[in-house]
Amino acid sequence: MLNPAHIRSQFPILSREMNGRPLVYLDHAASAQKPVAVIEAQREYLMHLHANVHRGVHSLSQQATDAFEKARETVRGHLNAAFTEEIIWTAGATDAINLVAQSWGRTHIKAGDVIVVTRMEHHANIVPWQMLAEEKGARLEVVEIHETGDLIEADFQLKLKMKPKLVALLHVSNTLGTINDIKRWTREAQEVGAKVLVDGCQSVPHMEVDVQDIASDFYVFSGHKTYGPTGIGVLHGKKELLESMPPWRGGGEMIDTVSFEKGTTYAGLPHKFEAGTPHISGAIALGVALDWMRGVGIKAIGDHENTLGAQARQLLGKVDGLRFIGTSEAKTGVVSFVVDGVHPYDIGTLLDPMGIAVRTGHHCTQPLMDFYDIPGTVRASFGAYNTLQEVDALAAGVERAVRMLR
Amino acid sequence: MSDSTPLLQQRQEEIVEEFAYFEDWMEKYEYLIELGKELKPFDEADRTDDNIIRGCQSRVWLAAQRSPDGTLLFGADSDAIITRGLVALVIRALNNLPPEVIAGADLWFVQRIGLDTHLSPTRANGLLSMVQQMKHYGIAFQAR
Repeated sequence: MLNPAHIRSQFPILSREMNGRPLVYLDHAASAQKPVAVIEAQREYLMHLHANVHRGVHSLSQQATDAFEKARETVRGHLNAAFTEEIIWTAGATDAINLVAQSWGRTHIKAGDVIVVTRMEHHANIVPWQMLAEEKGARLEVVEIHETGDLIEADFQLKLKMKPKLVALLHVSNTLGTINDIKRWTREAQEVGAKVLVDGCQSVPHMEVDVQDIASDFYVFSGHKTYGPTGIGVLHGKKELLESMPPWRGGGEMIDTVSFEKGTTYAGLPHKFEAGTPHISGAIALGVALDWMRGVGIKAIGDHENTLGAQARQLLGKVDGLRFIGTSEAKTGVVSFVVDGVHPYDIGTLLDPMGIAVRTGHHCTQPLMDFYDIPGTVRASFGAYNTLQEVDALAAGVERAVRMLR
Repeated sequence: MSDSTPLLQQRQEEIVEEFAYFEDWMEKYEYLIELGKELKPFDEADRTDDNIIRGCQSRVWLAAQRSPDGTLLFGADSDAIITRGLVALVIRALNNLPPEVIAGADLWFVQRIGLDTHLSPTRANGLLSMVQQMKHYGIAFQAR
């Protein structure tokens, strides 16, 4: 069991007041708040450890490099990846997906090829593939969903019959909370010869992820949703696959030798994909964030969020005309809903002066909104630091807002 | 016809006075909701793509026409009620004014009543785009 009071004391921002009310932050799926350990790690780096990493002979550069590479090892351990060099630092999950689209995709996707995505993907796992498909004359196929927010098994099988080169799908939906049976989908896609990219943005903050067990070809997540800093994310790829891929961005750090006469040769993994000076403090602090999660207990965090989600669904279910969007039996604590005759934007606007931060709108999943034929949802998403009292405040706030708006 | 500028100022002062009565945010929003409910909705036929102004979250429809005396008449609607209330206020300030006054209007009342965050570019309600579109109508009709 997790002690929210103890955890809250580690998050300075949670003692802020918003519009004269205590801040109730329920927008974890967009970005997590930062514990003191993470804030201090970035500060400590900037105060005492900063130098450019790699190649520096001086001690400071070596110390910075050690801390930077230690963080990479932390990520490896966190995902149970087989090799440290399978962990590529990126600017975020979006950047990681674009890396795969531009490097692997532009090498392997040809005219007429099929790329499979799902109806519930975040735009970041749609648009890079659309761009690639357009450039190459390839085709994007979409796996449809049930009303509950579960993928339609038969449709998935149908799309696999098209022998896709790539299947890009999320582990957990940011809008619906649906937890996909990622290990099985991955295996079945690979059985027809597809490579599989998994968007883990909403899974890594809430559950144990084992990339060897899932056996995904690529797995990406963003740092800031896992209690780490913004501007840092991770691409995990299978070693032999990453080795076979050309670099995407050129520049310093990613080269072996550069010559006008003999041409340029590239560095090995992971540096081949890390052109330019990386987000050093971000990487180090992300390592600290993952250690922090492990210290609290990843299962304990997930269980706690599920308890909050269940309480939210129970209380909000009493609001007249409220309908939950995303009712899969396998879901995280995320609660997304609409209310008959009331625009989500109005609910969010009225919760704001009550100090309650939720997200309203399409959550970067417009194809999902089209499916449900709604302009958006109100979404409350929870982290380790949220409490049952905050869920009560949310439910009371929504009830009040709806009363005002009707 | 710049003698209509004092009228714009007077309308804005009236709005500011009305809002001075409200003690807190919730009262302001209650009033906006009331205004939103009173604003005559567009016929479904007028909610066309030609008239739409896309915000990220709530949509706004705007139509303009010139009245016989040369001033502009606006009609607007939104799918979100608070946005409708804000739209109603903007129309109240700008309706029936000459195009040149609309084109150069400074809507300072929005800031004075503390609703300027609703007009910021980061706000997803389409309201800033609506005000810009109204000014464009002002410029366009001025040129005719």
